[in-house]
Amino acid sequence: MNGGTSTNYFEIFGLPVDFEIDSQLLAEHYRELQKTVHPDRYANASERDRRMSVLQAADINEAFHTLKSPLKRARYLLQTKGVIFDDEKETTIDPDFLVEQMELREALTDVNSSADAFAELNDIMQDIAKRIAHMLDEYNDCIKMGELQKAKAIVQKLQFLEKLKIESEILEEELANAI
Amino acid sequence: MALLQISEPGQSTKPHERRLAAGIDLGTTNSLVASVRSSLADTLPSETGEHLLPSVVHYLADGEVMVGAAAKAQASQDPLNTIASIKRLMGRGLGDIKHLGSRLPYEFTQTDSSVPRIKTVAGDKSPVEVSADILRVLKRRAEQTLGGELDGVVITVPAYFDDAQRQATKDAGKLAGLNVLRLLNEPTAAAVAYGLDRSNEGVIAVYDLGGGTFDISILRLNKGIFEVMSTGGDTALGGDDFDLAIANWIMQQAGVSDDAGHGLLRRLMSEACAAKEALTSSDSASLNIELENGKTWRGELSRAQLNQLIDPLIQKTIVACRRALRDAQISTDEVQAVVMVGGSTRVPRVREKIGEFFAQPPLVDIDPDKVVAIGAALQADVLAGNKPDDEMLLLDVTPLSLGLETMGGLVEKIIPRNTTIPVARAQDFTTYKDGQTAMTIHVLQGERELVSDCRSLGRFSLHEIPPMVAGAARIRVTFQVDADGLLSVTAQEETTGKQASIQIKPSYGLTDSEIENMLRDSIDYAKDDVEARNLREQQVEADRVIDALQIALQKDGDMLTESEVKAIESALLHLQKVRQGDDHRAIKKAIDVLNTASTEFAARRMNKTIKQALAGHQLKEFE
Repeated sequence: MNGGTSTNYFEIFGLPVDFEIDSQLLAEHYRELQKTVHPDRYANASERDRRMSVLQAADINEAFHTLKSPLKRARYLLQTKGVIFDDEKETTIDPDFLVEQMELREALTDVNSSADAFAELNDIMQDIAKRIAHMLDEYNDCIKMGELQKAKAIVQKLQFLEKLKIESEILEEELANAI
Repeated sequence: MALLQISEPGQSTKPHERRLAAGIDLGTTNSLVASVRSSLADTLPSETGEHLLPSVVHYLADGEVMVGAAAKAQASQDPLNTIASIKRLMGRGLGDIKHLGSRLPYEFTQTDSSVPRIKTVAGDKSPVEVSADILRVLKRRAEQTLGGELDGVVITVPAYFDDAQRQATKDAGKLAGLNVLRLLNEPTAAAVAYGLDRSNEGVIAVYDLGGGTFDISILRLNKGIFEVMSTGGDTALGGDDFDLAIANWIMQQAGVSDDAGHGLLRRLMSEACAAKEALTSSDSASLNIELENGKTWRGELSRAQLNQLIDPLIQKTIVACRRALRDAQISTDEVQAVVMVGGSTRVPRVREKIGEFFAQPPLVDIDPDKVVAIGAALQADVLAGNKPDDEMLLLDVTPLSLGLETMGGLVEKIIPRNTTIPVARAQDFTTYKDGQTAMTIHVLQGERELVSDCRSLGRFSLHEIPPMVAGAARIRVTFQVDADGLLSVTAQEETTGKQASIQIKPSYGLTDSEIENMLRDSIDYAKDDVEARNLREQQVEADRVIDALQIALQKDGDMLTESEVKAIESALLHLQKVRQGDDHRAIKKAIDVLNTASTEFAARRMNKTIKQALAGHQLKEFE
């Protein structure tokens, strides 16, 4: 954060520090805050104040989008609890999970040669979404039990799935464009 | 219990002081200016009663500049000195222009600058200068109608415009002597025009097919907030392409070869456009083309044939609609309204196909040519401070991903597309070799992984990195996108605390000195010297700073210790004194001193505002 707000993201929006959040309330408070800090509210202010409002509005956007996304929120919550992520050095080592990932990735590569590529891709995307939802539930249980390292391992796996999800979306776009 | 106060937004506008503001739609084919008068927003007509100003500029040898219908009339006789559709060239490099097709009927000058210049009898003109000539006419029209100098304007741009194109548009405004309050995305402007009239709540899609650009935006409306959820489109697709498709078809039918002269190409394009417009209401249009051999070719274009010609183009827009919906994580049945913008949405086939895709008839109540300017006028009125109680707020997104070149010609994305702006994001990088003291940062915009497939926005170097072993230095690169969608990139070396920040200028943009030179050369500033303009600018800024601080001290002076108040007050007095003089450099310095003295105060006030915003909110909830 570089706009001077040192409070954590949950506090910015007046929400309890928890994985389960009231997303409606988050969105409402977000809008309320943007109404006061957005640069458009400072269109006639001095340049310094306008710059400051850009930074504040950027901070609030960052905080909002971090909390809005379940995966980002999961990771951020652990960081507030002192868990450190070192993405360069650490990767998940669960061999079963890695095998699953490779299989999913292969299935994704095979979509292009399938007879009904859209249906095939749709199945894979639903499968990924189901896995993500399931792991988020698991994560939530870990947080409730205070098992932070286990929760961290789940976040690392979720990051794999998230990448796969993005790749599947790119593939979908390519298929749509090819029509 | 005492009620908690909610502080007002940080504006220092005095009451009853109505500021003159206007919204400008700087279009590919036509441009408009609109303003809010007696609480109604409407476009302003010219002296002859025309609302649309054709975006055509004709340059004459004696330096006279014609803009609009009169210029358009010169197009076929003097094509080389008559510039149309200049918006397509805004923020583009020469390389891009070759891509745009061989049919641009202008001659370009080879220069050292990356900005293309069009050869005319009145000298070489950059797209920014041509656009500024259009803006000057609109400025004059607004000032004559409203009876005074404009305090500020909102200029609209396609949501899909990249950083270079936005910067070029803002530069054109500056060159025309306008105070640009905001660059507003055209679809957002259209939503504002519709939304305020209907007090809509929910998700709306804005389908904007203009002469040269296509935008699709998905917005959520909620209690006066217009939140763009996603945006997409094509900066080189529009009604002109319909005309081109028709013209190509006529060429085939009439046996005209590809190397036909400029004059015939112009006639073909205007005949194609006329046929397209005629087919809006009738089932067939007759064609008449005078060929280069003096003979006339006659033919007919049916609506069915037209549909066949343009269907692939409409299909391209639907692919973009699908992508925008997915980015917004919205399905078609959640879309409550589809707003049509741009003259090309008059084509019946477009309405039919888009209605089919969204499974509802699109909204066409507001004139699709005027709707963007009207929305921009409403936003300009709010930004100028004429509606302090207005709750309207527009939250836009970045249309394209922004990133840096990393090893192996790959792009590392720092800010993905459709991120809400303003946004600031930092990423750390390190050195590759022992003792490395400099680093080149290459900024890119686009969705692809390879540097060569993305658009280069610029490069800059960070020097004087203290020599260390490879991988030890920590260089933090920060991308910041402001509310206009304009990017600035800064880099600093962190381990030693040594800071080196650089502002980036897009590769295809004009440099500050180029703009300064153009300002010097332009007619508006001919009698005016640059010193005087600088003085005025600094005086305006000084007044803003003084005003705002006096109000702040009155309201929140109790947040400061006595010595803090003294420090601020002495800097304030100094600025007030220097402000009376005519040394703009001294005024700037005094502003800087006062800003430094009051930065901590401003930060505390902003934090208080934030806390109060939610405090007021929670109070309401628990009542």
